[in-house]
Amino acid sequence: MTPELGQLSLILALCLATVQAILPLLGAAQGRADLMALARPAAVGQFVFVTAAFLILVQAFLVNDFSVLYVATNSNSALPAAYKVAAVWSAHEGSLLLWIAILSGWTFAVAAGSRHLPDVFASRVLGVLGIVSMGVMLFTLLTSNPFERLQPAAFEGNDLNPLLQDPALVMHPPILYAGYVGLAVPFGFAVAALLSAQLSQEWARWTRPWTVGAWVFLTIGIALGSWWAYYELGWGGWWFWDPVENASFMPWLAATALIHSLAVTERRGIFKSWTILLAITAFSLSLLGTFLVRSGILISVHAFASDPARGLFILVLLSVISGGALILYAMRAHRMDQDGGFQPLSRESFLLLNNILLIFAAGLILIGTLYPLFVDALGMGKLSVGPPYFNLVFLLPTLPLVFLMGVGMHSFWKTMPKSVLVNRLKIPIILALLFGVGLPLVVFGRATILTLVGCVAGMWVVVTAMLEPAQRLIRGEGSISKIRRSQWGMMVAHFGVGIFILGVTVTSSYSIETDQARAPGDSWELAGYQFVFRSTRDVMGPNYQAVEGEFEVRKGGRLLTVLTPQKRVYRVQQSPMTEAAIQSGLRQDIFIALGDSLGGGAWSLRVQYKPLIRFIWLGALIMAFGGILAISDTRYYRRQKQDQSQSPHDIDASVEKIV
Amino acid sequence: MTPRRRQRMVLIAMIFSGVAVSAGLALKAFQGNLLFFFSPTQVEAGEAPDSRNFRLGGMVVPGSITRETGSMTVNFVVTDYAHSIPVQYTGVLPDLFGEGQGVVVRGQLSEASNFFAEEVLAKHDENYMPPEVAEALAQSEKAREP
Repeated sequence: MTPELGQLSLILALCLATVQAILPLLGAAQGRADLMALARPAAVGQFVFVTAAFLILVQAFLVNDFSVLYVATNSNSALPAAYKVAAVWSAHEGSLLLWIAILSGWTFAVAAGSRHLPDVFASRVLGVLGIVSMGVMLFTLLTSNPFERLQPAAFEGNDLNPLLQDPALVMHPPILYAGYVGLAVPFGFAVAALLSAQLSQEWARWTRPWTVGAWVFLTIGIALGSWWAYYELGWGGWWFWDPVENASFMPWLAATALIHSLAVTERRGIFKSWTILLAITAFSLSLLGTFLVRSGILISVHAFASDPARGLFILVLLSVISGGALILYAMRAHRMDQDGGFQPLSRESFLLLNNILLIFAAGLILIGTLYPLFVDALGMGKLSVGPPYFNLVFLLPTLPLVFLMGVGMHSFWKTMPKSVLVNRLKIPIILALLFGVGLPLVVFGRATILTLVGCVAGMWVVVTAMLEPAQRLIRGEGSISKIRRSQWGMMVAHFGVGIFILGVTVTSSYSIETDQARAPGDSWELAGYQFVFRSTRDVMGPNYQAVEGEFEVRKGGRLLTVLTPQKRVYRVQQSPMTEAAIQSGLRQDIFIALGDSLGGGAWSLRVQYKPLIRFIWLGALIMAFGGILAISDTRYYRRQKQDQSQSPHDIDASVEKIV
Repeated sequence: MTPRRRQRMVLIAMIFSGVAVSAGLALKAFQGNLLFFFSPTQVEAGEAPDSRNFRLGGMVVPGSITRETGSMTVNFVVTDYAHSIPVQYTGVLPDLFGEGQGVVVRGQLSEASNFFAEEVLAKHDENYMPPEVAEALAQSEKAREP
């Protein structure tokens, strides 16, 4: 009976979403307050019913209700409780329900947090979110009902895919989706602005915290996915340019561009139509990502189900939502722009370049991701685009981007005297060159040109990000407490980018990755560490059995750690799983994974030394933390008018940059 | 043209040339990194390139996996049930590699029309078939029907 209640809740939520989609928009168009007043109650009601549906599905997993097809396919009574909850979003139907739940959560947040906005505008935003919600709920109920019954009920479930039985994977999808779906909010703001055919600088201020919020989730979500791939799936790799990774990375690039473009729109009132277009693009890329992942057309480790009806439905949804927004954009956007005017050497120019480069990167990644699908659809053969392409097309725009980042951070709005700029950046340039060239050579004793460029770039971003507070501290140029939260956010996020670049550069330059055949009793050396293969033994887990290897890791004769990688076989699905053992540290990771039994007690092993690999995820987390700092700035929550007392030209504006 | 205009033109020209140059480089990388997929039948028919990497997919023939004790080099045969190609690979195999399973290998043909794999991909669900492999199998089945 309970699963039917879940389905009923979802249908009721769909009804409320329909109300939310149609009436407030109508009310806003006709200026009827009574219709607009329906937006918030409908959003709250939708949230309540979607949450109920979601909790009912969670409950079905927790009580092992194998009469529900989705539970029977993705769970098992021996599965630990935390993974039973994670199993809710482990496959198609449940992920969609999660998508809907998160969208209704964002909608609820907008309903609650938009009281300071004009009613007409808030109604339009909620109306647009209602349309999106309606579309996805229809999709779920018509093609992918998670509450479908299995008759007769299964006695035992088919278990959760062993790869997904992992703590990071419990968190990864909800956080990633929170980012993906969160981009619906700036999309809603953009369409609402188009509908009202006007866009004030305040609009940008309202939109910014929501955009940054979604971006924070997206950043953490992508980082978690990469971390999971590193220790669970990738045999030590952290990014594969897998189409599904690209599907989450392209919205991230667009959202990053949007954040920067919004800054210009807020401070200077220009780039308006471009900002709107970016908001539409970012969410469209999210939807495209959903389509790519959920339609099963991708050849990817993430692509599970394939069902043409589903793919078609999402494609129609995508064209209605994005296409509709783009048509509206074509009709209305030209009315918005005004010429603010800025010099070639100014904050605006650098942010413009930032946008061009980010979108250029996203575009090239999009080509590499979609091209194989087009070729296949045309029946011209099957092909894929190799990672070297993506590495190159990502590096091309990001290298200039990174160097411009440091300059842009320290430029004024409107115009930047060259002499002042040079004066400010003299010391950072020297420091970046010194440390960027010096550190790799001193620590590793060798470096290629590309390594040095990467290290200098990373150092450059780190140093320029710290310049402002450092100058205030050292030279006493103003109090450090005068720096606003949003400025801190910008500096911290950029600092995170620098850390990330250093991590990527050092890891890809100095990692040692080996596959070796070893038997118990063997010892060998790698990257200055001594390894001893002590033994293997059988171990039993709650729902798997495993062979566990025991390895000593020593440095200079001193025992550092004992690593115990496992080769597991999960009982229900009988699928083998490699559980790597990693000695992780800020400076380096030591990675051992058991490969295959080679006979005679010997095993193939993957043994890796990965310097600074933690910087990659640490950098991403610092970026996200910067985003959180920026959102917490009170200026986004003040009532209108007050903020205008501070003009962009006052003294603080020289340091108030991207924020 | 005012100096300000000229400056702006220079900026725009710089952006455009930068974009053009990188687009050219990207295109080159794109062409260099296209990996085509072929079934054993297509390889037999000589459709696959000789000195270039491509991807080969099919089923691992049961009983065909052999390795010398203690060696990391493994030999197996990939088939689409019409034709078969022997494959050699040195390294750690993915978890779901196994006899009778779908597999995609990336590498090159040797002169003796052996396939030397640099990478072996097997997907992470024992019922899951890489879509390319599924289609290749369907194709070869169709071809064998009278």
